Amino acid sequence: MKMPLLYSVAAALLQARGKQTLVAAIGVTFSITMFITLLSFMSGLNQLLDGLVLNRTPHVRLYNELQPAAEQPVDRYTRGQRQHNFIRSIKPRNELPRIHNSSAILAALRRDPRVRGVAPKTQAQVFYNVGTVTLNGTISGIEAEQENALFAFSDYVVGGNYRSLNTVTNSIILGKGAADLMLVTLGDVIQITTPKGDHVPLKVVGLFQSGLLEIDKVQSYTSLATAQKLLGESNNYVTDLQVKLHDMTLAPRLAKEYAALYEVQALDIQTANSDFETGTFIRTLISYAVGITLLTVAGFGIYNILNMMIYEKMDTIAILKAVGFSGRDVRRLFVMVALSIGLFGGALGLVCGLGLSALISQLPFTPPSLPTVKTYPVVFNPVFYGIAAAFSLITTYLAGFFPARKASQIDPVVIIRGK
Amino acid sequence: MDSPALEARLITKYFNDPVRVQVLREISFSLARGEFASVVGKSGCGKSTLLYILSTMDTTYEGTLLIDNVEMGAKKEAELARVRNEKIGFVFQFHYLLNEFTVLRNVMLPGEKLGKYSGAEIESRAYEKLKILGIEGEALKKPYQLSGGQKQRVAIARALINDPLIIMGDEPTGNLDKKNSEIVFAIFKELAETYHQALLIVTHDQEFAAQTHRIIEMEDGRITNGATAAGIIA
Repeated sequence: MKMPLLYSVAAALLQARGKQTLVAAIGVTFSITMFITLLSFMSGLNQLLDGLVLNRTPHVRLYNELQPAAEQPVDRYTRGQRQHNFIRSIKPRNELPRIHNSSAILAALRRDPRVRGVAPKTQAQVFYNVGTVTLNGTISGIEAEQENALFAFSDYVVGGNYRSLNTVTNSIILGKGAADLMLVTLGDVIQITTPKGDHVPLKVVGLFQSGLLEIDKVQSYTSLATAQKLLGESNNYVTDLQVKLHDMTLAPRLAKEYAALYEVQALDIQTANSDFETGTFIRTLISYAVGITLLTVAGFGIYNILNMMIYEKMDTIAILKAVGFSGRDVRRLFVMVALSIGLFGGALGLVCGLGLSALISQLPFTPPSLPTVKTYPVVFNPVFYGIAAAFSLITTYLAGFFPARKASQIDPVVIIRGK
Repeated sequence: MDSPALEARLITKYFNDPVRVQVLREISFSLARGEFASVVGKSGCGKSTLLYILSTMDTTYEGTLLIDNVEMGAKKEAELARVRNEKIGFVFQFHYLLNEFTVLRNVMLPGEKLGKYSGAEIESRAYEKLKILGIEGEALKKPYQLSGGQKQRVAIARALINDPLIIMGDEPTGNLDKKNSEIVFAIFKELAETYHQALLIVTHDQEFAAQTHRIIEMEDGRITNGATAAGIIA
């Protein structure tokens, strides 16, 4: 009841202390602006850093590691007898790290509704020949279209076109570091030595840059068929199946499921990159902590100003009580004063935060290792704005509540008699 | 005349700070509707203290207070605020107008708080009260633009806005010169006689008191002229 009356009295009080009110509101505005900018920018950076790993990492990687057989022939022979075999120096069998029955598994995975896509890969260790010198190298045979759809492959191809892998036979996308060492560029032909000792000429149709120098010196890409040819294997020789899921959080569960189902090793992204998630979490935590500190400081500013206002307006409070305003009305009045500072300052802060984030997102930022990034990364997430708005109101409410309670307890008799 | 506007029964009050001192001793009297009473006495005899108890702002006392035949002792803070709003008009020695608002708005404020009339009605009533006090021309000024006498008249208009049962004053003419005092007195008299409102005015001004219907003299926390107080409770 009488809310409009209290509003107008609150508005009059605010006007009477216009400058202080403005300072308090600017405090809130500043803190909200910084809170939003900080979170947007930090999330942008987080996403960028996450992207470095996540974009290129499959959610589940299926592979077949060469391991000694879990069950040795002697175990099979002596099964059921009361004896225990001790065998030393077990060696793995001589076989290539291929996934058995890969085409059937591939087809089954592509039918799985939880799976966004699967990209097969064939890894081969090779040597790049530069005159008489040989450099170590790894060539991954990929399906270029799939690889691009799932792992943003084209982002890392800095020269040439990744599609040339399909159109040009015996082509290679060479790591930038390796290309620099070998002094080759697009269109040149390089010689490589396969694991079996054959020399194969491959035409450079693209250059690849991941941003990590050690990888760029070693890693190259070719088409799946070319890689199989290099290894002298049939066209169902695949060493890795890279699975991307719709929901990344399912990865650990599905990894177990696939490992059991297809009798392969399966590695989920969470296990492969556990340290990196910790980093993301800590960065987010720090940005929230700084943002909330800013808001709390603004809250103390409001608290101070309201406290001062209450001392100055003792007479007003006394007379309001004398003419029939209850303690509750007075408390509401000052809470309203505080909330309107929060509301006004907060709303302005949201706009300024958006503006500042937009400005930062336009600033040029060209890290040499990230060819696709041209400006500072900023995330525009409505959640940040929601948190900021809610927090500004909560802080100002609390900052107003205690002075307001004090005001409501003022005894009008003491003040009126004091004159 | 039906029930008295205000009735006090055996009101006793102590101040506990720094030592326990009794300031009011079993004060009993009643104030009829339309009665214009003044309370006189030396400084420190407890007259202001009594007035604040009677106005329901001070609640730490012993005894019984009835306003319009309703017992005040058991009421909560918010209910007492409502009683002050509706039934009591208060004029202080200092005007206590809010400088943030216009004169008109100052007068309207208790009316808006009561919420019995619409905004437009309250405004016209406020003009009416200002007219009674002869200052309707100043309605749109801010209080700090007025003279002391005008301010006090605005404060009286504010006390009148809800047509209270009782108007209480704590030395309302204390800060005014003779001419303004006379104007205020004339207004009070008119309120009692024409509008039939009860008035209880604490004053130091013997001349002012002498012209009222009834003088309540106080000394040492007691009413000393009990014999002349017509409505005293046995």
